[in-house]
Amino acid sequence: MSEAQAQMSEDDADLAAAAGGASIRTAVVTTGGDYSSPYPDQVLENVLENVLIFLTSRRDRNAVSLVCKSWYRAEALTRSEIYIGNCYSVSPRRAAERFRRVRSVVLKGKPRFADFSLMPPDWGAHFAPWVIEMAEAYRGLEKLYLKRMNVTDDDLAVMARSFGNFRELVLVCCEGFGTAGLAVVASKCRQLRVFDLIEAEVSDDDEVDWLSCFPESGTCLESLIFDCVEFPINFDALENLVARSRSLKKLRVNRFVNLEQLHRLMILAPQLTDLGTGSFSPQDHPIDQEPDLVSAFTACRSLVSLSGFRETVPDYLPAVYPVCANITSLNFSYANITADELKPVIRNCHKLQIFWVLDSVRDEGLQAVAATCKDLRELRVFPIDATEDNVGPVSDVGLQAISEGCKKLESILYFCQQMTNAAVISMSNNCPDLVVFRLCIIGRYRPDHSTGEPMDEGFGAIVKNCKKLTRLAVSGLLTDKAFSYIGQYGKLVRTLSFAFAGDSDLGLKYVLEGCSKLEKLEIRDCPFGDSALRSGLHHYHNMRFLWMSTCRVTRQGCREIAQQIPRVIVEVFRWNQILEEGEKSDLVDTLYLYRSLEGPRADAPKFVNIL
Amino acid sequence: MEVVSLLGEMKGKMNFEETELRLGLPGNISKLKSNIVNSGATNVNGKRGFAEAANVDLKLNLVSSKGDGEIVDQAAESEEIKNLLGGAGSTDSVVKPPAKAQVVGWPPVRSSYRKNIISLQKAATKKGDEENEKVMSSPMGATFVKVSLDGAPYLRKVDLKMYKSYQELSDALGNMFNSFTIGNCGSQGMMDFMNESRLMDLLNNSDYVPTYEDKDGDWMLVGDVPWEMFVGSCKRLRIMKGAEAIGLAPRAMEKCKNRT
Repeated sequence: MSEAQAQMSEDDADLAAAAGGASIRTAVVTTGGDYSSPYPDQVLENVLENVLIFLTSRRDRNAVSLVCKSWYRAEALTRSEIYIGNCYSVSPRRAAERFRRVRSVVLKGKPRFADFSLMPPDWGAHFAPWVIEMAEAYRGLEKLYLKRMNVTDDDLAVMARSFGNFRELVLVCCEGFGTAGLAVVASKCRQLRVFDLIEAEVSDDDEVDWLSCFPESGTCLESLIFDCVEFPINFDALENLVARSRSLKKLRVNRFVNLEQLHRLMILAPQLTDLGTGSFSPQDHPIDQEPDLVSAFTACRSLVSLSGFRETVPDYLPAVYPVCANITSLNFSYANITADELKPVIRNCHKLQIFWVLDSVRDEGLQAVAATCKDLRELRVFPIDATEDNVGPVSDVGLQAISEGCKKLESILYFCQQMTNAAVISMSNNCPDLVVFRLCIIGRYRPDHSTGEPMDEGFGAIVKNCKKLTRLAVSGLLTDKAFSYIGQYGKLVRTLSFAFAGDSDLGLKYVLEGCSKLEKLEIRDCPFGDSALRSGLHHYHNMRFLWMSTCRVTRQGCREIAQQIPRVIVEVFRWNQILEEGEKSDLVDTLYLYRSLEGPRADAPKFVNIL
Repeated sequence: MEVVSLLGEMKGKMNFEETELRLGLPGNISKLKSNIVNSGATNVNGKRGFAEAANVDLKLNLVSSKGDGEIVDQAAESEEIKNLLGGAGSTDSVVKPPAKAQVVGWPPVRSSYRKNIISLQKAATKKGDEENEKVMSSPMGATFVKVSLDGAPYLRKVDLKMYKSYQELSDALGNMFNSFTIGNCGSQGMMDFMNESRLMDLLNNSDYVPTYEDKDGDWMLVGDVPWEMFVGSCKRLRIMKGAEAIGLAPRAMEKCKNRT
């Protein structure tokens, strides 16, 4: 349940209370000297207030807030972290009025498909109205987590000067800001412990040396992540910063830090638990003798997470052997290494739980992973060559091996060129703990390569056998049958991604009618039309969003939806499309539908139509 | 946007034709110019056939939200396949997309990640040593330069190593900034914009001139030097209004004189 639903249901609770005649007396606070015995409800409120402090899960808190008005108020006063999954579902003012004592905010903007160039730039998700509201309402704000938001340097400046006790800034997949913004945060937020830029797009137009802007005397930094920054940094400033940040535990540098420089940093910070190695290649013209990386890694006894390897020179990989036995998380997704280069590393990683890798390691590399990493919980295999092709370096063979070796697997993202139902079925049987199953067969409409059948049975087995599944992404040749399986068995599924799949409206209908817990549905290039769209009318207010692009939905169909459900915003846009001469199409290019307590947003750009 | 022919047009206006310096093969520029003239002639009314339109359509779709100017090769066939497979269920009617065909946003890998991986791929196949340019280039061979268009509200970045010629670069730049220049088209709409002669009129009327800053910090007109030399020495691109570029040509000549 989300904010919006809690709000709407709370109205119902009010009505019910009034109708039922139950009186909810507010707590009475006596002034003056008397102590009068507290009303029963006041006791209740005191208890609630003291118990609620221990409730952290937002879903639990949402449930609590629905009981009655006094529980609602008590909960609102004691919630210290708010989570807003869609920045347009509620206005900053409304959030601030309900929750007054907030120290941590999680705010998400654009839907995930924006990452794949499916959304026009300047669509929205601006942080500005939020920071302006929070600057007044939440002066005690300590933590901010933003995902897919548009954040400007000005926003960062407002943030930096408004929150005196600010401690943690995490920007994931955000854009719109640059080094000037980073510099303001570094210099003004003296209590900063966490400064994480993850997959963010940082511009360096201003070319400010932000790393030099941290407090001179020493910092409280515990985590500094900037591996996504695509321009050089001032290494001396970085070295100096690491030297005077004695609490630093996580450091992920970008690819402009070479091996020699990495060595210098590691010497300064052997207490690191999480290291992003930067380029992992030596400088172009090495002048000194090679740094003793093995000693540096050996000294990092607490290291559990390793990433980076942006331009790996495999000869240097053996340097990481000393830490392999301890690491639980290894990200090789930028390392263009072969199976033979991977094996000596991976065979020591017995404790590995999270592994991200490039498919350059081939099925053979994955077999090595399956042989050693018995504790693996999360695997992501990324494609080095994303063009559609008949054969790729990883296939059903790798997936089969993983399913047999890594029985505790909970989450998988697997890119390949070809797959079989048998391997997927095998995974569904061997890995009952799967919560996230995302299989991307890069070749669109590709059937099972050994039987020629659609991939229906494979995905069907996943939803049937993996009883904990909450997230599913499908690919390959899929008929409506696959969707009927999903609708029938995917009762816990919250996030679904469909692309180039299905035969007809029935497919989407099965899903919308069957998946009662569905919250996020992203669809592209599927033959689903208005009739399918209508079948979800009962459910859209329970979802965070529905995205459909290049399907068969018409403007009229979208308009009907918009008219029939209150408090759901229907955005329709079409951009960079050249209409065929004489083509009169009512087909909508992109439909983005989300629930909201507010009306149509005021900051929609011209190409967005809100119906 | 035909960079080289723009150059030619501009120079014509400034009467520099006689003193035009080319370090490339002689006759290069005039050949390209004549290509433009020819294609202009065949597109009298600015409308193209389906396949070309589809190509163009797909290209425009590639202005990624990250604005990095990466260009992915498109095949017109993938557009056709999308249409063909509208209701296809059986495997028989599935037309396998041709190898190396690509669709916007597919596979679903983040565009910034793709950009990095493409550099990795190039590095893996690179042989021999390259010129050691410290022009915002990683050791593995990508050369990102900032591109600014005078009057546009944002900068873009392109990896020069992604292109093999001025033609490819100019196409890419045209795509990147089309949303801005279309605004200047007024009510013409997209179809007219894609007509090259109309495009050239627009750009000529607006006097946009592509220039770049080279290693020495000097601003030069794009198109003077052979492509490889350009990639090696270009630090930054700026598409400026003609009025400002007037001062450039003499300097360019001076530099070239000093070099040869």
